[in-house]
Amino acid sequence: MSGFYSSNIPQLPPDPLFGIKARFALDTHPNKVDLGVGAYRDENGKPWILPSVRLAENLLQHSADFNHEYLPITGLKSLTEEAAKVILGDESRAIKEKRVVSIQSLSGTGSLHLAAKLIALFFKPADGTTESPVIYISDPSWANHIQVFETCGLKTARYPYLDAEKKVIRINEYVKTIEEAPRGSVFLLHATAHNPTGIDPTPEQWKIVLKAISDNGHLPLFDCAYQGFTTGSLSEDAWALRHAIDTEGYKFPGVLVCQSFAKNCGMYGERVGAFHVILPVHDEALNSAVLSQLSKVIRSEISNPPGYGAKIVSLILTTPELKKQWEQDLITMSSRIFGMRKALVAELERLGTPGSWKHIVEQKGMFSFTGLTPEQTDKLAEDYGIYMTRNGRASIAGLNGGNVKYVAKGIDGVVRKH
Amino acid sequence: MFPSRIRQPFRLASAKLFTRRLSAWANVPQAPPDKILGLNILYQLDTNPNKIDLGVGAYRTDKGEPWIMPSIRMAEEILAKTETDKEYAPILGSPSFIDEVQRLLFNHDTSGYQLLADGRVVTAQGISGTGSLRVLSEFLAKFNPVCNAILPNPTWANHIAILQESGIVTSKYRYYDYKTNGLDIDGLIEDLQSADPRTVALFHLCCHNPTGVDATLEQWDQIIRVISERKLIPLLDMAYQGFESGDPIRDLRVLSKFNDAVTRGMIPTYLLAQSFAKNMGLYGERVGTLSIVCADSKEAEKVRSQLARVVRPMYSSPPTHGSKLATIVLGNTKVYRQWLKDVKKMVTRLNTMRTLLYDKLTIEYSSPVQWDHLLSQKGMFAYTGLNAEQVTKLRERKSVYMTSDGRISLAGITSGNVDYLAKSIDEVTRDEDWAGETSSKSVTEERANQ
Repeated sequence: MSGFYSSNIPQLPPDPLFGIKARFALDTHPNKVDLGVGAYRDENGKPWILPSVRLAENLLQHSADFNHEYLPITGLKSLTEEAAKVILGDESRAIKEKRVVSIQSLSGTGSLHLAAKLIALFFKPADGTTESPVIYISDPSWANHIQVFETCGLKTARYPYLDAEKKVIRINEYVKTIEEAPRGSVFLLHATAHNPTGIDPTPEQWKIVLKAISDNGHLPLFDCAYQGFTTGSLSEDAWALRHAIDTEGYKFPGVLVCQSFAKNCGMYGERVGAFHVILPVHDEALNSAVLSQLSKVIRSEISNPPGYGAKIVSLILTTPELKKQWEQDLITMSSRIFGMRKALVAELERLGTPGSWKHIVEQKGMFSFTGLTPEQTDKLAEDYGIYMTRNGRASIAGLNGGNVKYVAKGIDGVVRKH
Repeated sequence: MFPSRIRQPFRLASAKLFTRRLSAWANVPQAPPDKILGLNILYQLDTNPNKIDLGVGAYRTDKGEPWIMPSIRMAEEILAKTETDKEYAPILGSPSFIDEVQRLLFNHDTSGYQLLADGRVVTAQGISGTGSLRVLSEFLAKFNPVCNAILPNPTWANHIAILQESGIVTSKYRYYDYKTNGLDIDGLIEDLQSADPRTVALFHLCCHNPTGVDATLEQWDQIIRVISERKLIPLLDMAYQGFESGDPIRDLRVLSKFNDAVTRGMIPTYLLAQSFAKNMGLYGERVGTLSIVCADSKEAEKVRSQLARVVRPMYSSPPTHGSKLATIVLGNTKVYRQWLKDVKKMVTRLNTMRTLLYDKLTIEYSSPVQWDHLLSQKGMFAYTGLNAEQVTKLRERKSVYMTSDGRISLAGITSGNVDYLAKSIDEVTRDEDWAGETSSKSVTEERANQ
């Protein structure tokens, strides 16, 4: 029987990130190490349910009003309100001035998707053109970014970001791209712990970039998936984003914020996130209109968002003891990762591995952009069972005292041979 | 005098700022509130102690409270003891969840079993029924050259939005006969017969929402024959498995007919969206699946890869808590047996309320209106036949809330409020001078024109 769908359905390759996970699972190498997907692992290489999450879950499961009822289309109000405070700051002027529209999302991806929908449907550059704006994405960026926007019919372009050799930001070319982009473009910015490079702009560089975005009438879109992972401090990691929103000198037409609790709350599979639209002035009718249009999008895609993870995060954020525990958990995770960075570099230096490896310690967040070539990463998987993405991005969270020497040996091996 | 002179220049400056910086958002109109969920907001604000919520389709106990099924509580306990992580599920859901759901849906009839064994069925986790339908719609819009769909008249309002937002043009086939309050089978068949080949035809597998009117098994044979002749693509929605008979397995009878039709070569494919929102009470956890029947396992692989391509840029992977619970319910014998009992208990209460309402209207209040249709309809809802005006009167005068099409959720009826409900409906229908044939005709004409 000839296939009903076969005539025009090509087989697609597996997703680069989920594909690694699958290949790793099938690998029988005794010492295999998964440095692929960005999920935190503990000192024993095991997934880690945060202590604050365990406490919150326990509370939730035993609370009298625990149920599985539908959430409103816009999500759990206590989650979206608290999430806005976490990312914008308790004293955020934008919140106080009621310029923030918040809605629950399916983690970071779902939030980016809502941003794409909002932009595609309604954001028109101020010069009156009817075409949708171009979305500028850093080169390199998270593998899924381009697809998210192009699936919604938006054109994407790249802005220069990483100087692969010197492992610094190509700030001049970055700014030049901002200046040359058509007025009213959208710039996708990683709020903290840039994925995959781990290199964030310095405060001075942020100011230069944001000023250029503002001067050229562009819309900043912050993707924030690692708040708390970079330094262990929520407020420090949100500095750039808050600076963009709170500084009166900037004249953005708005600021979009995509927030994920996947990593910093270990909510991964529970899909907890929020999308925030920060408008430049308070207009109740516009707030309501934006929320209603986002609701309309959500209704025909998922009807309403999942409740369980949202309730856990909400409990953590609204219960002082749990919030304190969470802040401690963030320090635990970020400092263990930083310790592993140092351990990896120390071992590479001890082995005398050719090349300079300091960048691994200077990079921030969950990942390191090792500098390994695609061919080297292939060999690393083949010969050593060590998995990372082909652009050389390694999830440092996957390292621990038990495997760091082995990973250094593997890197040493492929660098010397290839 | 002095203060206003100071204020004015400030106001002008801020107005200019307002216009310039907000012009980028100038064309964001207020979207109308969702009808069904908007109704709930009105209900919440109503201070009448006798108010009754017959809007949203979520089960309520006889005390009017949400109900966590004992089987779900059991599953939560097991999960709390055994869960080791909250890792991402694969893009299309966890294999153990998918395996259990496939066993539930396909292993209970020979043809379904065969299709599974031959690797012809792609099943993926979706965000409950809505999300599953949406992914299927996006897939269809991409790969089905004829992007048209026909839906029953009436149907769940969100069906239209889901399909249209995916870029599919929708129209209706005749379904509910407002004169008989039954199925317009002739109109249905006629409309299917005049559809173009490869048109997507959406069917509710059981407990049609909003009417509660389902085709008989013989009528389904007819329908499947026409689907085969006209080469239509069946899109099957099963959100109420278990609510027809009280037995989720028995309610697979229509699906097994479709499986037969595929194995016999009558139809090459169908697409199925199913949900555990109602039959496991997992509503807000968003647990459901989508399935596509393919020619063979090779095509299934291709289709699977394309479904992942739809999901990844939308939300990457589905939420896991609900699916972990469902996996336990379906995979653990003790919990599964409890689940079957829970569904039976829930559906029994709903049907008891159905009968109680009927008895009160016809016997106690001697309603001049014909209410037999209440007894023949199936599922969580009853399509009362009340018109929009009557629905409004019920809401405004009696604080009885239902959607404007006269659909009531039986879950909102309790032994404590059924009398007030029957009395209110009786009053409102007598208001219209319902008794005469002329009146009822004009009402059905009005309904048919909706």
